[in-house]
Amino acid sequence: MTREPLHRALGLTDDEHGAIVERLGREPNRSELAMYSVMWSEHCSYKSSKVHLRTLPTAGPQVLVGPGADAGVVDLGGGQACVFKMESHSHPSAVEPYQGAATGVGGIVRDVLSMGARPVALLDPLRFGPLDDARNRYLFSGVVAGIGGYGNCIGVPTVGGEVKFDASHASNPTIDVMCVGFAAVDALVPARAGKAGSVLVLIGAGTGRDGIGGVSVLASATLDEDAHESRPSVQIGDPFTEKLLIEACLELNRRGLIEGLKDLGGAGLTCAVSEAAAGAGLGADLDLDAVPRREEGMEPFEVLTSESQERMLAIVRPSHLNGVLDVCRKWGLSASPVARFVEGEALRVTGADGVIADVPARSLADEGPEYRRPARPPAWLEDLHGDDPAAAAFDGSMEDAFFAVLGSPNVAGKRWVFEQYDSLVQGATVAGPGGDAAVIRLEGSLKAIAVSADGNGRWCHLDPALGAAHAVAEAARNVATVGARPLAVTNCLNFGNPERPEVMWAFEETVRGMAEACRALGTPVTGGNVSFYNESAASAIRPTPIVGMVGMAEDYRLLVRAAFADAGLAIYVLGRTLPELGGSEFAEAVLGRVSGRPPVLDLAAEARLHELLQRAANEDVLAMAHDCSDGGLAIALAEAAIAGGVGVTASAPDGSMPPHLAWFSESASRAVVAARSGREGAFEVLAVTSGVPFTRIGTTGGSRLTFDGAFDVPLADAIAVFEGTIPRLMSGERVGA
Amino acid sequence: MSQGKARVAVVTFPGSLDDRDALRAVATMGGQPIPVWHAESDLDDAEAVILPGGFSYGDYLRTGAIARFARVMDAVGAFAEAGGPVLGICNGFQILCEAGLLPGALIRNRGLAFVCRWVTLRVERPLGRPGGEDRAAIIAAEGDLLGVPIKHGEGQFVAAADRLEEIEAGGRVAFRYCSASGEVDERFNPNGSAHNIAGVFNERGNVLGMMPHPEHAVDPDLGPTGGQAVLQWLLAAARARVPA
Repeated sequence: MTREPLHRALGLTDDEHGAIVERLGREPNRSELAMYSVMWSEHCSYKSSKVHLRTLPTAGPQVLVGPGADAGVVDLGGGQACVFKMESHSHPSAVEPYQGAATGVGGIVRDVLSMGARPVALLDPLRFGPLDDARNRYLFSGVVAGIGGYGNCIGVPTVGGEVKFDASHASNPTIDVMCVGFAAVDALVPARAGKAGSVLVLIGAGTGRDGIGGVSVLASATLDEDAHESRPSVQIGDPFTEKLLIEACLELNRRGLIEGLKDLGGAGLTCAVSEAAAGAGLGADLDLDAVPRREEGMEPFEVLTSESQERMLAIVRPSHLNGVLDVCRKWGLSASPVARFVEGEALRVTGADGVIADVPARSLADEGPEYRRPARPPAWLEDLHGDDPAAAAFDGSMEDAFFAVLGSPNVAGKRWVFEQYDSLVQGATVAGPGGDAAVIRLEGSLKAIAVSADGNGRWCHLDPALGAAHAVAEAARNVATVGARPLAVTNCLNFGNPERPEVMWAFEETVRGMAEACRALGTPVTGGNVSFYNESAASAIRPTPIVGMVGMAEDYRLLVRAAFADAGLAIYVLGRTLPELGGSEFAEAVLGRVSGRPPVLDLAAEARLHELLQRAANEDVLAMAHDCSDGGLAIALAEAAIAGGVGVTASAPDGSMPPHLAWFSESASRAVVAARSGREGAFEVLAVTSGVPFTRIGTTGGSRLTFDGAFDVPLADAIAVFEGTIPRLMSGERVGA
Repeated sequence: MSQGKARVAVVTFPGSLDDRDALRAVATMGGQPIPVWHAESDLDDAEAVILPGGFSYGDYLRTGAIARFARVMDAVGAFAEAGGPVLGICNGFQILCEAGLLPGALIRNRGLAFVCRWVTLRVERPLGRPGGEDRAAIIAAEGDLLGVPIKHGEGQFVAAADRLEEIEAGGRVAFRYCSASGEVDERFNPNGSAHNIAGVFNERGNVLGMMPHPEHAVDPDLGPTGGQAVLQWLLAAARARVPA
């Protein structure tokens, strides 16, 4: 029996190997093959996705840096910019939840840092299997502890995110993390930088054997039953070093000592050096012996592809080298000149024994393969579409249904999660976790950004294009609900194996729906991440696109919160409520089915709603506003009552609809608002001129939730269910690493 | 030399996180914030010192255990010895305990998880202006309630039984965790601290350590402002040291 060729063991196909031979005009050596295997992996090269990603809208007057850089950048005016990016760390987290999640935080923070921005906020959209399973509880608690353990220690507040549960995520948790940073526009580090002669200085942690082949072994293949044996491919985080790295890099940039900055993440040194050189249109000489090691006897390919954390690569003019080394010394960080840009295109790696690799930098960074994989809708979709939950008769108790939906782990309060995160450090958190969007103010200004991360697994399962469009609409709505103007999007597209036509079809549909919604709402995509192969022998995840939306408000003092804080306020529902239960929380939690079609989405109506919410906030006529989504009107009202500790008496906007449809329909483009006392008329005029349908449905006050024709329960009972569900499911679970 | 504003040094150790917040809070409350690097050997003529929150040295080994050996800590010790006002917040409190400037120790929260939330503190020992004896000199009276946030994984205050007795008998408990209406009870103890203790003074009353973060509770745009009283106390004590 012949031995498997090395390129296949490294995850390269025979065709890809052939392309490398053709490009080099010879057989690659072992180290070179390792470099191609990581750079041409799905994770680094986007080979299955990039033909589709090109169809996303990426331009707009607000976009300073679009896709292709380490993070996107939007203009906040007044010389200030917001830098942001989302990424997944699902595969490592499935194998080792604490370290997997922790290093996911570290990686995205370095992406924002490489643009020269101070990281100011983190958000974590998470998906797990149901909590009645011990393994899912272990993954959930480990991931949350890992996010907190790392984020808390580097002093970047974790201000938002979302957590949802579904059987498709059992053994395939989806762990996304978004980071937002602020920078002065003229202090942004250019993505393409350096000249021949520029020195590349490796800063931070030593290089060890952790994370060898992380991108190719873990992130670009399906996890099998022996996944725990992949643990050595998971990186280990050191948040203390990351904190020093943040401060040192910001100081280097502030002092004008660097030309460029790259983070070392997936594919390690190979990726950082080849991308930096290709970006500058140059070649590079890399002296591998100059790379500080954490262990003895490392093979050259290990040093080249190690994903050891907490490392950055600074591109430095030779005259500034000493200044760079001084700043790093002050912060107690190792800093080693390891490479130099040279004319030409060759990335030449040398060591004590001579030349280790000599390949065109561009061929690694920019010339990876590109596939248009076959796509086909799944056969089962027709049947699911035919089964509309809204058509089913419901004669159960509305009160029981309310508590079932409110106590669904998807809907129930996530205090158990977000209290493990420091959401306050840096002193800029105007609104932290638990609201529609987190709000972070800009130091020395009244401006603030609003950020939200959203996705809906059931809707994307039933209709990926419409589900993805809804994700964009909901993220933008959340930002508009607090009174901010949605600006731009980052995304994380989490899917199963792209070599399966059903998965590829869902991916194409997702991109199509997302592109349409982003165009209609004027929120271009500035970057993001694709994560494929999120499946195991047991299950594959539903299409899970997550949208991270950044918006801006001119005056954070006018922001509107999602709580009924006072009695006697007039409550309105904005938008139209239709009998739509397809893929709803009610249909799953009460009727036990995920079927039908997602609610219709009229993007023009959605945009009008956002406009109204911003105007109402700017004119200060609202006491409260809350997005109406999961669980419908009943849950939106209950959440606002729970948040403010004030009860509600309300009737359904359309009395002719059966109560379970009226209260639990998840029709899109809706929000619940309460007008400031005495400003009802002003608000109604705004709503009329904005062309947004509105219905006055009730009044705040008392200590009960009285929903006319449906149920009447003590607010305290709702609070107990809302706050108690996750702690009850997690009771007894050991917290921490 | 002070031009009327109290000079407050805020020490940055490697891994300090809330240092910028403390500097901002000092300015907000009318003091002059002075950033001081851990490797410096003097406090730049400061009239008060804040050791801020964070994870100095990554909390490796034990919280505060490495930071106490930083060069600047000799100066902080001497400053405290001379009666200078020192405020240790969160990790700063842990460092002061490790340095022996405050009694007791901070261990892992009873729930074993990091906890970030707004809490209410009951003032146990009045915060006053030095030398003042009339009502106007009181910044926060016993029984006053302060809304401030906590955010820590190792904030459970413990001390040997006799030590605890000494702290209580000496009236050195600064704050206790309580309900929103001021009830001190186990139910409102977020981390398992002995006697619900959230902050303690040294014997002389010039060194205060607390796990809650007053520097995050001075700006009404961001939430309750229970931290103002603590910062006012520090600034008043600092001003009392300004040479005439």
